[in-house]
Amino acid sequence: MRVDFDIIQQWVKPGARVLDLGCGDGKLLADLTQDRQVRGYGLEIDPIKISLCLERGVNVIEQDLDRGLGNFRSDSFDTVVMSQTLQAVRYPHIILDEMLRIGRECIITFPNFGNWRCRLQIAGKGRMPVSRFMPYTWYDTPNIHFCTVLDFEALCREKNIHVINRVVVDANQRATPAARLLPNLCGVTAIYHVTK
Amino acid sequence: MEPRAAAGSVGIVTPRTQRFEQPLELACGRTLPGYDIVYETYGTLNADRSNAVLICHALSGNAHAAGYHSPADRKPGWWDNCIGPGKPIDTSRFFVVSLNNIGGCAGSTGPHSVNPATGRIWGPDFPVVRVRDWVATQRRLADLLHIERWAAVVGGSLGGMQAMRWAIDHAERVRHCVVIAAALKLSAQNLAFNEIARKAIMADPQFHDGWFLEHGTLPRQGLAIARMIGHVTYLSDELMGDKFGRELRSGSFAPGSEADAEFQVQSYLRYQGDQFADNFDANTYLLMTRALDYFDLARDFGDDPVEAFRRARARFLVVSFSSDWRFSPRRSREIVDALLAAHRDVSYVEIEANEGHDAFLLPIPRYHDALQRYMEQVHAGLAPRSVADAR
Repeated sequence: MRVDFDIIQQWVKPGARVLDLGCGDGKLLADLTQDRQVRGYGLEIDPIKISLCLERGVNVIEQDLDRGLGNFRSDSFDTVVMSQTLQAVRYPHIILDEMLRIGRECIITFPNFGNWRCRLQIAGKGRMPVSRFMPYTWYDTPNIHFCTVLDFEALCREKNIHVINRVVVDANQRATPAARLLPNLCGVTAIYHVTK
Repeated sequence: MEPRAAAGSVGIVTPRTQRFEQPLELACGRTLPGYDIVYETYGTLNADRSNAVLICHALSGNAHAAGYHSPADRKPGWWDNCIGPGKPIDTSRFFVVSLNNIGGCAGSTGPHSVNPATGRIWGPDFPVVRVRDWVATQRRLADLLHIERWAAVVGGSLGGMQAMRWAIDHAERVRHCVVIAAALKLSAQNLAFNEIARKAIMADPQFHDGWFLEHGTLPRQGLAIARMIGHVTYLSDELMGDKFGRELRSGSFAPGSEADAEFQVQSYLRYQGDQFADNFDANTYLLMTRALDYFDLARDFGDDPVEAFRRARARFLVVSFSSDWRFSPRRSREIVDALLAAHRDVSYVEIEANEGHDAFLLPIPRYHDALQRYMEQVHAGLAPRSVADAR
């Protein structure tokens, strides 16, 4: 079980209409459907992952997030989720606006580039970080817009986005006191629950 | 992903003809006094009659979707690559029903049939038939077969329009609706191509205002041209380039050569046209293209497809093909967006394929894989839920 999925589960209201941007193999939506009785749709572009969604019986729409979400009506979803995808889109700030337009609430998870390991790799080795959580080389990666916890919060302030809840977990996927006290330094994955 | 079971054929199949005596009131206001429907079935209907799948055919389709009529047949049914044991529409799981629509020319009552009121062949007097009329006749066939609810109604192109119509007109009778390479309505460009095709037929001196059978002739030229036009719209520029390029079949451009050069694509189109002209009824072609033209799912719902789909209860799978310019992916996305706004369950796949509109009839791996996985889910959903599941 991915810890961010665990926390997302708790933040989604039972019976909600959920849109999952970059839904992958559909696991989160399948769990939400079973445990929270949500009515969900996922957007995905990877044909293999789309096949896995079809196999699970999850509603999956083949759609490229970078080509916009104009086909979704305003306030048409209770919750819009984007899990570990923000760093892979062309215009994260526009996607964020769109998510808040489409959904009453949004849940966003992303890898924290401010984590001390990343800082050590850059400061010490002078190389771009490669880790278990970010296993790609700089030249061949879907992740084109890394940010830190502080960066994300600055963007939220700039856009007047209200943060309802935040959980930052460490490499062992636990919300340890260190990750709670120094999220930008100790956190590996950040999970935000935001609204307009 | 695990490998799929080896796919087989449904083998030798026998079409059946069913007479319906009850007159059918058509959308155009006229009444068809009884009619025949030719249909085929593959697979076995289960005890609770829940595993039936209806196949709706496209413009020039017929009831013979899978298998062979005799061991001597060279070619199987038109969708044999998709229907059979182990195939995406798996006949070891589903009971598949495929019929020839009225107005067709492959056994069911159509313009080539005799009008009981006059004793003459219907010809051009055959009533205008719309998609909803076909769905009405398909519903009667379902009643006759005691199929209360289809596990899925599946169709490509004009067949996809019938599938959508089913999901709206008989919402409770469709569990899943599979709409492949279709559209909510034709575009002006689509209408234009259909009109050129019809004009080609009607301009043929052998057409005799549609009474060609009474004149003991056939408008072969016109029908062949209509088919050639249609065929170009079914293929993509890319595919035609790959398949034919500028290859010559005969003649040459060498200096001093006076013989006409003939391109491969010319001879291909002529062959397609001639084949079709020998096997298809010109009045049926006019009727089918008009049914396509008139179809507009949202017309009865204030031109709002969302309002139309609000009536549906089925889950939808929508499929499009990247190089299809007759019913492009954009047209399929309109269907998907309307379904989303209507809060219906829908999945959508856009298959990368360079075969154009024709792709929907071809065994493109990703297309068939997606359809197979979806149909496996359809089948899994039919199993009576155990107490543990229902909890």
